Amino acid sequence: MADKNEILAGLAEIVEEETGLETDEVQLDKSFTEDLDIDSISMMTIVVNAEEKFDVKIPDEEVKNLTTVGDAVDYIANAQG
Amino acid sequence: MTAAPSAPLAQTSPVAGTAVLGLGVHRPEVVVDNEQICQWIDSSDEWIRQRTGIVTRRRAPAHVSVVDMSYDAAREALQDAGIDGSQLGAVVVSTVTHPYQTPSAAADLAHRLGATPAAAFDISAACAGFCYGIGQADALVRSGAAEYVLVVGVEKLSDFIDNHERSISFLLGDGAGAVVVGPSETPGISPSVLGSNGEKWSAVSMNNSLLRLRDALFDAHTSGDASQLMDPEQRLWPTLRQDGQTVFRWAVWEMAKVAKQALETAGISAADLTAFVPHQANMRIIDELAKQLKLPETVLIGRDIVDSGNTSAASIPLALHRLRSEHPEIRGGYALQIGFGAGLVYGAQVIRIP
Repeated sequence: MADKNEILAGLAEIVEEETGLETDEVQLDKSFTEDLDIDSISMMTIVVNAEEKFDVKIPDEEVKNLTTVGDAVDYIANAQG
Repeated sequence: MTAAPSAPLAQTSPVAGTAVLGLGVHRPEVVVDNEQICQWIDSSDEWIRQRTGIVTRRRAPAHVSVVDMSYDAAREALQDAGIDGSQLGAVVVSTVTHPYQTPSAAADLAHRLGATPAAAFDISAACAGFCYGIGQADALVRSGAAEYVLVVGVEKLSDFIDNHERSISFLLGDGAGAVVVGPSETPGISPSVLGSNGEKWSAVSMNNSLLRLRDALFDAHTSGDASQLMDPEQRLWPTLRQDGQTVFRWAVWEMAKVAKQALETAGISAADLTAFVPHQANMRIIDELAKQLKLPETVLIGRDIVDSGNTSAASIPLALHRLRSEHPEIRGGYALQIGFGAGLVYGAQVIRIP
């Protein structure tokens, strides 16, 4: 179990590894596609790495609902809870 | 009471070892670059290269058929193996773009190669078709059912795409690759890992069946209104679609497990490989698969997708042929090949490079 700050920090590391973006650019209100310029293929890599890191399942059909970093953090927190 | 036959049945005598003995390809003459693609979809050369790794794909002209391409590839494979078409005991064609429900492409090909009366049949396993074919050929030869088997992976995908849709059509190309499988004192084909996941049947699929087109033609005839037949939004001719994200996820993380299983079943490790030849679906799938498999830097990776696009059942032999042309010293080394696609289905094995 991790709190939302820890999830955000962990997610930011995954995004940095996939895209090269600095971790402090990965903020809750940022949109993956619009602000962080993450394409659909990179998004899937991030999702799979997040599943492994946080020990949760994120089905394919949920991925399209994860518009912002905050959406992903909330989803992971709920899935862990 | 049971029937008691008076004579026992004879069965085939198994053969110990098999190998791929020869390899050949056909690369169609028409080159379609990304600039051409961008006349059909709103995209750019940079976007396509970055997302897929594809710079050009080849497409066959209208007068060249699936069997024509197969014949060209098969002739080279037979020559490479040093055998004649008449020595083939079976001809197996993996394709999803032969435009006849029946008869098979394989029967026509066998006849043209002088292989009659060889057993002849097609396999519908999409992008896994070549690996399914190798698995079948290995089994046919080792069981003693055939001495030499021709396996062809061939597609004319350009007949079954809609150039104006953007999920898959821009990736696809045409081509053929063929191999001859036969007996070998040294084992040259590992056990095949074949499987399916029909739960994801619609992840890569035709947009509709031919029956819908038939019904629309019938309706147009009876109503006298043919306008719907010309409506591009109806897209009556069956063409391919995919859910790219679902396929990407499955193709990398599930197929990495299958590739590892194939190595384990073969009794070798990644360090023993000379080459890794995955289905050429997308450069980012190839790169991510190689990363997941932790391949040593010495292992050559098939990246024919750059110039050939995704050619479904033909992509693995095309990529292997290119690697062998560019690096002749790889002959005799081990190649891990894995195909995966519509079904969803997958197949993988290790072969000794002919």
